[in-house]
Amino acid sequence: MARTVPTSTRIGFTALAWIIALLLFSPILWVLLTAFKTEAEAIAASPTFLPQNFTLENFAAVQDRSDYFKHAFNSIIVSVGSTLLGLAIGIPAAWAMAFAPTKRTKDVLMWMLSTKMMPAVGVLIPIYLIFRDLRLLDTVHGLTLIMTLINLPIIIWMLYTYFKEIPVDILEAARMDGAELWNEIVHVLVPMAVPGIASTLLLNVILAWNEAFWTITLTSGRAGTLTAFISSFSSPQGLFLAKLSAASLLAIAPILLMGWFSQKQLVRGLTFGAVK
Amino acid sequence: MATAQTRTLSRVMMAPAVIVLLIWMIVPLVMTLWFSFQNYSLINPMMTGFAGWGNYLYVIGDPSFTQSLVNTLILVCGVLVITIVGGTLLALLLDQPIWGQGILRIIVISPFFVMPPVAALIWKNGFMHPGYGMLGHLWKAFGLQPVDWFNQYPLFSVIVIVAWQWLPFATLILLTALQSLSEEQREAAEMDGANAINRFYYIIMPHMARSITIVILIQTIFLLGIFAEIRVTTGGGPGYASTNIAFLVFRTGILSNDIGAGSAGGVVAVIIANVVAIFLMRAVGKNLDA
Repeated sequence: MARTVPTSTRIGFTALAWIIALLLFSPILWVLLTAFKTEAEAIAASPTFLPQNFTLENFAAVQDRSDYFKHAFNSIIVSVGSTLLGLAIGIPAAWAMAFAPTKRTKDVLMWMLSTKMMPAVGVLIPIYLIFRDLRLLDTVHGLTLIMTLINLPIIIWMLYTYFKEIPVDILEAARMDGAELWNEIVHVLVPMAVPGIASTLLLNVILAWNEAFWTITLTSGRAGTLTAFISSFSSPQGLFLAKLSAASLLAIAPILLMGWFSQKQLVRGLTFGAVK
Repeated sequence: MATAQTRTLSRVMMAPAVIVLLIWMIVPLVMTLWFSFQNYSLINPMMTGFAGWGNYLYVIGDPSFTQSLVNTLILVCGVLVITIVGGTLLALLLDQPIWGQGILRIIVISPFFVMPPVAALIWKNGFMHPGYGMLGHLWKAFGLQPVDWFNQYPLFSVIVIVAWQWLPFATLILLTALQSLSEEQREAAEMDGANAINRFYYIIMPHMARSITIVILIQTIFLLGIFAEIRVTTGGGPGYASTNIAFLVFRTGILSNDIGAGSAGGVVAVIIANVVAIFLMRAVGKNLDA
């Protein structure tokens, strides 16, 4: 039953919540609006709210100036590639730990989690040197490899918490019916595991897409992802505010949409299942 | 036997994950440790050999280290205070019966999905720039002199940006925890005549305590490694005013090519993170038993 409060209190709380929410959202709103303004309007002494001369030229300029699509393509390859690779390694591991736990399973899980605690700067220098010697610096596959490794613990943990919720009785019933292991996986486990795998996939694409330590330190022009691309705007060149906004909007829009869809799973994934 | 077969199978299934994580965890870390005791500079190839504690003394003895350590603490604590206090209040507000709760939730969580360089550059150019930033316009509207945030208050500016990114995270987690508090429990307290403040202290806070702990620990892990926000705004400056340990390692090892000293800094960063990690592992581990 919903709590009953006086309407006036409710109006007050609603107004306050909307004001705070919109203040928090204002930087994103600023990007959305500035992306469609002309450069002159973007830095006008008396700022406008809505674009006065609606233009798409910023988007064209961003593509011309620094090849947006190449960086977007790199981002997609690295985030999706590392997630799929992570799932390929993580699904069997999580499956084994969830359905055939031993007394060491908990320790293994905790150890995997502990690898996530290692600060990136602690291994930056050797990774940088190894990458330099193996000619992996500024390559998409090198970056994909690192991204897989840093997100693998989260992938395994998330999958594990989802797999744990699949009732074991169903598997045993299937086994009683004489189902082969392979059949058990394909016909019983997979359909029940798909939602969890999908959530894991979504969250990890988001995390990899926004990762900004390894992408900036290990890539430059050729394999640069969108995070590295946006960082190149840190030294302003003439009028660039509207172009920065256009590039930013393109970089955050797809992930914002994915994030909105996956916000419930986000809580579970980012707290390693500790808060659901 | 089926069980033996299952056991072998599960070992095989876990092997790839365990092996890659084992390599990932051990090889670079051992190399960092090794380099930290070597004289190794990419600029000066003549500088070789065992350095003993030289790199550590050099890094820790340098005033930039002390400042970076203090900056790291201020950055982590500043963001934690803002996000935990703000997140708790915002979660309590969003938990009230208000109109548009679902949409509000989505709006509030949005900054968390903005990639760090974008967040930093929006704030730097769109809001904090003294000439054409929105805050500058706001200051002018009140007849005040616009503030040159990144030159005058570099660390504070970085804290604002990072807090903006992590406030949604804290809010979302705490709101989720709050909503799992059973309605009956609250109503019972209300019936017993507990007022809002008592309900907050005796019912809500104890329930939230564990979630708040988890938010603090997880955020600390990420906040210790803040990098992109500094890289694209202040570049660690002016001087070392906004350099944290993570950025100092990058500056020393990659920008100045001093592999030995950079590695020593990296080892220090690992030690600091491990202290936090031990507490986090305990908190998460406890939950695993439940």
